[in-house]
Amino acid sequence: MNEPQKNTDREVVLQVRHLYKSFGENHVLRDFSIELFRGENLVVLGKSGSGKSVLIKCIIGLLHPEQGEIQVFQQQVIGLEKEALDRMRTRVGFLFQSNALYDSMTVRENLEFPLRRHGRDKSLSEVNDLVMEALENVGLPHTIDLMPAELSGGMRKRIALARTMILKPEIMLYDEPTTGLDPITSREINDLILKVQDIYKTSSIIISHDMGCVRYTANRVALLVEGRCFATGSYDELQIHPDPAVNGFFE
Amino acid sequence: MKFPPATQRTLAEIGAISRFTGRFFSRVGKPRFEVQEFFRQCYMIGNRSLGLVAITGFILGLVMTIQSRPTMAQFGAEDWIPAMVGISIIREIGPVVIALICAGKIGSGIGAELGSMKVTEQIDAMEVSGTNPFKYLVVTRVWATTLMVPVLVIFADFVSLYGSYLAVNMRGVTSLALFTQQVVDSLVFSDVLPAFIKTFFFGFAIGIIGCYKGYTSDKGTEGVGLAANSAVVVSSLMVFILDLLAVQLTDLLGLT
Repeated sequence: MNEPQKNTDREVVLQVRHLYKSFGENHVLRDFSIELFRGENLVVLGKSGSGKSVLIKCIIGLLHPEQGEIQVFQQQVIGLEKEALDRMRTRVGFLFQSNALYDSMTVRENLEFPLRRHGRDKSLSEVNDLVMEALENVGLPHTIDLMPAELSGGMRKRIALARTMILKPEIMLYDEPTTGLDPITSREINDLILKVQDIYKTSSIIISHDMGCVRYTANRVALLVEGRCFATGSYDELQIHPDPAVNGFFE
Repeated sequence: MKFPPATQRTLAEIGAISRFTGRFFSRVGKPRFEVQEFFRQCYMIGNRSLGLVAITGFILGLVMTIQSRPTMAQFGAEDWIPAMVGISIIREIGPVVIALICAGKIGSGIGAELGSMKVTEQIDAMEVSGTNPFKYLVVTRVWATTLMVPVLVIFADFVSLYGSYLAVNMRGVTSLALFTQQVVDSLVFSDVLPAFIKTFFFGFAIGIIGCYKGYTSDKGTEGVGLAANSAVVVSSLMVFILDLLAVQLTDLLGLT
């Protein structure tokens, strides 16, 4: 596992404070607070249905929390205008749990899609170079003309990651990146997450309950229990945490 | 006043569709325009329905002619078959039957496509990557159906009349020129125009309801099936309601 770094003097790139979000009577997030430092991989760990995905969907602006603050690069996200939200989203990448590859488009068209809006000043050859670079980074340049339906689960995940990385975001949000994949493919995805951190110097929030993924990719772990950030610390710290609600995850 | 739950659901649905339609009109005039996707949808919707619409139209003309012959013969009015069939197809049966076929083919297609995009987070992914999914997916499709359904109806009308011509010739001899002459002579402007105008509304209803059902579907894969199914049911019903309104309106305006 990666060595945790000291939190002091480090730049906070993303900050969530006192966040509340509920669906009807189901109060998913209750006073949730968290900080993401530049260059770190922060894993948010929690039970299924505990609101982990809701958290990062609030950050990217797909869901609107009732209360609280979300700051990305010192900019308030909640209540942001459409234009400003789009600008923020070029700096924050989101990898969907279901990959969300566009079924009706080839891999190339999928990768070009984010550039439709954010890369209009780029020439055709520049776009081509970006697509090839992104595909080579995930090791799948030969799939460029295939349809998503022709790819395996692990390949789809890697293409989805390539599509997200094509805008070179500074923050990455991974929604359960290894769920539904076999252990070997999971390992490959975990390697890619570390590679992304290394090459692009991204700061990432990784939503997961796959302990293999957590141990391998996390610099720091935050535990989401009952809508709150229950505990944070390195993997090893939380493993020996006295509270059974925390160390129960690590057994 | 308290309505029974089923009525409440129906009213809520009507309200939601109306709001969705309002959202369409509030977005439709604003840039940026997804021209390429619009033409792609026109091609998909128009071209892929061509065969189905042609077969339906052909059989329609053929069958109507064969069925009306005995009655017309009783009155010694077999000469009037082309005129009668022509008027009924162009004024009423062509637009409605083809709109129903389109509701089945196009409405379900849009419902299922957008429904599956919704449940696999593809619509969210578009939103995140800076493309407005409502404009890219909904506005283009609704425009495409609004413009393509009238084209398909006109095409089907012609095929249908050709089917009728063949049926007339099964029991007698009429030249294509004479048949065409009889049909054209019997038609007046007020037969053609209201029938043509209402097809745009049929197309719009099919598009907007298909998109609404798909775009708002949930509950995973089950929701996709539900979206496709209810898109067909609601848009078919809507075709009949619009037809009723159109007939009343043309009647009021004296275009009969």
